Parts: sequence; C-alpha cells; structure tokens
Amino acid sequence: MKESNMDGLQTTATETEQQLEDMAKEMRLANDGLLEQDKGYFCDVRPHRVEPYKGIMESFANWARSQSLWILGFGTGCGAIELRPLMTSRFDMYRYGIQARPTPRQSCVFIIGGYASVKTLKRIVRSYEQMQGPKFVLGLGSCTVNGGMYWDSYNTINRIDQYIPVDVYIAGCMPRPEALLGGFIKLKQMIREGKCEGMNKYIDDFDWYKANQKQIIHDWNMPDYNW
Amino acid sequence: MNEIMTKAWYTLISLFVITNYGLLLGGTMARVRAKVQGRIGQPVWQPYIDILKNNFKRTGIYHGVMFYLGPVFRLAGGLGTYLFIPAVYGSLVFSNFSFSGDLLLVMYFIFFGQLGMALGAGQSGHPYSPLGVSRGLAQMTAFEVPFALSVIAIAAQYQTLSITEIVAAQQGGILNWVAFTNPLAMVAGMISFLGMSMGNPFSVVIAPQEIPIGPPTEMQSSFLGMLQTNRAIFNGAKLVLFMNLYFGGATNIWIMVIKTFLIYLYTVIVDASFPRFRTDQSIRFFLGTPALIGIAAVVLQML
Repeated sequence: MKESNMDGLQTTATETEQQLEDMAKEMRLANDGLLEQDKGYFCDVRPHRVEPYKGIMESFANWARSQSLWILGFGTGCGAIELRPLMTSRFDMYRYGIQARPTPRQSCVFIIGGYASVKTLKRIVRSYEQMQGPKFVLGLGSCTVNGGMYWDSYNTINRIDQYIPVDVYIAGCMPRPEALLGGFIKLKQMIREGKCEGMNKYIDDFDWYKANQKQIIHDWNMPDYNW
Repeated sequence: MNEIMTKAWYTLISLFVITNYGLLLGGTMARVRAKVQGRIGQPVWQPYIDILKNNFKRTGIYHGVMFYLGPVFRLAGGLGTYLFIPAVYGSLVFSNFSFSGDLLLVMYFIFFGQLGMALGAGQSGHPYSPLGVSRGLAQMTAFEVPFALSVIAIAAQYQTLSITEIVAAQQGGILNWVAFTNPLAMVAGMISFLGMSMGNPFSVVIAPQEIPIGPPTEMQSSFLGMLQTNRAIFNGAKLVLFMNLYFGGATNIWIMVIKTFLIYLYTVIVDASFPRFRTDQSIRFFLGTPALIGIAAVVLQML
C-alpha cells in the first residue's frame, strides 16, 4: 500500500514538472522569423507587466514624467515636417520640457507622424519595443486615425492603434504645430492623471498586437519582441 | 576618528553643493543657448526633472557586467576629479582631499571616467557606441597635449604639483593670477578646455544626428540618470580646476560661483558661435597652434 502511494506521488511529481516545463515553453516566444543559427543571439522571454507605484509616489513619478517628455527623433511620415518648427523660436517646445532624443532607448514619446507604410510599420514596431517604459504614443494626423487620404491604399495601414497602443490622437491633415503642442498638453494631463498605461496594455494584449502586426508584415525577420 | 567623521561630513556637504550647482548651471546655460537662438528655453530646473524621470523608468535593459560598471566608473571619475580639488581656498568644508601631488591625480581622473565609459559602451554592442568612444578618446588624447603642457608650465612656474599651493601663490591681487603671470599657459589651457567641455566646434563625439548621441547610445533609465548626475559633478569639478589653475581660485563660495559661471559662459559662447569640426580636424587643431603655445609657455618658464 505504502509503495503504491509512493509511486502515485512520483507520478504526480513528474506530471507537475512536465506541466511546468510546458508552461515555461508557452511563456517563451517562438521567434519563428529568425534563422535557427541566429536564435541564440536574441531574447525569447515575453515582456512582463510592471505595476505602477501606489499613491503619492506614483503621482510624483507621473508629474516628473509629464514634465520631461523626450521625443524619439524618427519621422515616420509626412507629419514629421511639423515637428521641426516645434524646436524653433516660434514654437519652442523646450519651454514645456519637451526635447528630441536620437535613440529609442532614451526616449519616452513616439510620434507617429502621419501615414505608416507597411515598410515603416516594421520599424515602428521595432522602435516602440526598444523604448523603455512607461512610454507614450502620439498619433499625428488623420492617417493615424483611419488612414485619412490613404484609406484605400495598398501599401499603408489604416489604424495605428491596432499595432501599437496610442495615447493621444491629433486629427487634421496636416495638424499645425500649435495642434501638436495642444496634443502634448493633453498628453501631460493624461500622464499626471495616471491614464497613460499604454505599455502595460501592449503587454496584456501582446498576442493580439503580434497577430495584427504579423498579418501586415510578411517578411518578419526579427525576434517576436525587440528587447 | 572624530576628525575623519567631520571630514566625511564636509565632503558630503561639498558634493551636495557641487552637484546642485552643476545641475543649475547646466539648466542656466541651456537657457543662455536658447536666448542666442531667440527662444525662451527650458526651465532652469529641467535637469532635475530629467534625472528624476530617468530614475522613475519602470524597465531597463542591461547588456552585461561591464555595461553596469560603465556609468559607475564614469561617476567614480567625476567624484575623483572633484574630491581632490580644493573648491574654495582656505575653507574647511570645501577644501576636499587636496594634498601635495593632487594635480597629477586629477589629470588621471579626468581620463579615468572616459576609459570606464568606453568599456561599458563597448559591451552594449551598439555599433555607434565604440564609434563615439574612438572619436572621444582620439580627441581627448589631442587636447591633453596643450593641457599637459600648460600644467607643466604652471608646475615649473610655482615649483609644485599641489593645486592648493598653486592657488596660494596666486593670492594678493588680480595681477598674480596665472592668466597674467603666465598668459601663454592660460591660453593653451583654455583652448584645451573647449575640447574637454565637448561643445562646438568639438562636439562631434556625441553628434546626435550622425551617431545617435555616441557612447551612451544604449544607456537608458537609471544608467542615464547616473550619467546625467555625473555630468553635473564633472562639469563643476572641471570648472573649479580651471578656476584654480588660471584665475586665482576662490576665497569664498560666491567668488567661486561668479568665476566658474564666467568660465562656463566662455565655452557656451564659443559653442553657440561655431560649427562642428570633424574628428581629424579637431585633432589637427589641438596639435597645431594650442600645442605650440603650450610649448612656448614651457620654454619661457625654463629660460
């Protein structure tokens, strides 16, 4: 009787180990787009949700985040031309704590400047994933809302928020720099209120976003998550 | 024991003051640059908020042990530079750990941070990082020549390598400053200071549009926060060093603030007025006229 019990326990332990292994495999990213010999170079861990601090600490952190917005200097469409005047003496975005940074690692605001072609979308996804959280996305121009004048184009996507989470949209074709500044002020307000949790949203709905991205990007030769 | 504790407290106070002064100075100079461009510019306290924001980032990527240690070495370089320079002559709190051979040690520490950062940036694996590092080290080797010559001229003039003694020898009036007693050494040193502060025309090291920000391309979150804190300390330390070497040091903190502000303003004026040199151009520049001026300063002292 005792022996059979031991056997049963052993079987259960093996099953549990197997289940844990299966779960670990499920948590790993497949990285199917990479060549077998390249897989070792890339990370296959799924991104994890990071909970905000509680109470006054998070409010203070959010205040600091809203006062120091670093834009990724990546002009993804024709709207990028509206970003340049912001740096000049006429609009002077530095007054609001907004600066341009040349690398995604250091920036926290990604401006999708108008239409996103299929080719650009791949770079948008890579850059967005390389940014460190919390990160915010501004959709500039009507093209980011519903495709705008490129609504039925064969080579541009219509709604950017199906591929990465967007915090604020600025409608218009083209929105003037004043509208862009207005968008920034709205974004600041939302950050202070703790409403800009786009990164956690991206991680929660990771599989949905990935499926949408892979539907559009056919030559997927990058890891599933660009750490 | 008590003496050591008192010294430790004084050092902490001194570090606290120079960090805040460096940050505020950075913010003020950003506003000065903005005024040159006809803008209002960022708030003076913007560097504080940027550091807070970077340290409040929820995620961070690391690329290995050296990547961690890079910013630490950089900070050690900044702290080391500052802690061996007497910031205010004759002050107990701000005399730091100044001793008889500190000038050589300080020159070493200025290099040390860059080398540590080079190791850290190298491990990040980003191709632009080593590119920025090689540019930075090449330029640094070049501007060290006039700077070293200038330091040798001053050491020969006062027969000492102690910064405190050099400052002491310059007391007693404006005409006792090295700037007036040994103007060639001052000119060579102040030109090499332009390279050290990496503003235009020697800003190709961190050329943001060309090689995204150079060595710290992969640095993010709290790594970047640490580098920004260090930049404030290191800037303050360099300004204090040049004030001590050429402009008679300071006998109280307000004189230090005025003198270092003016020295920084000089680099900002040059920065705002000139376009950028390529690396080879800046190396040729430093090894040309400034190096000759440095040699002339040394030869004049030896005669």
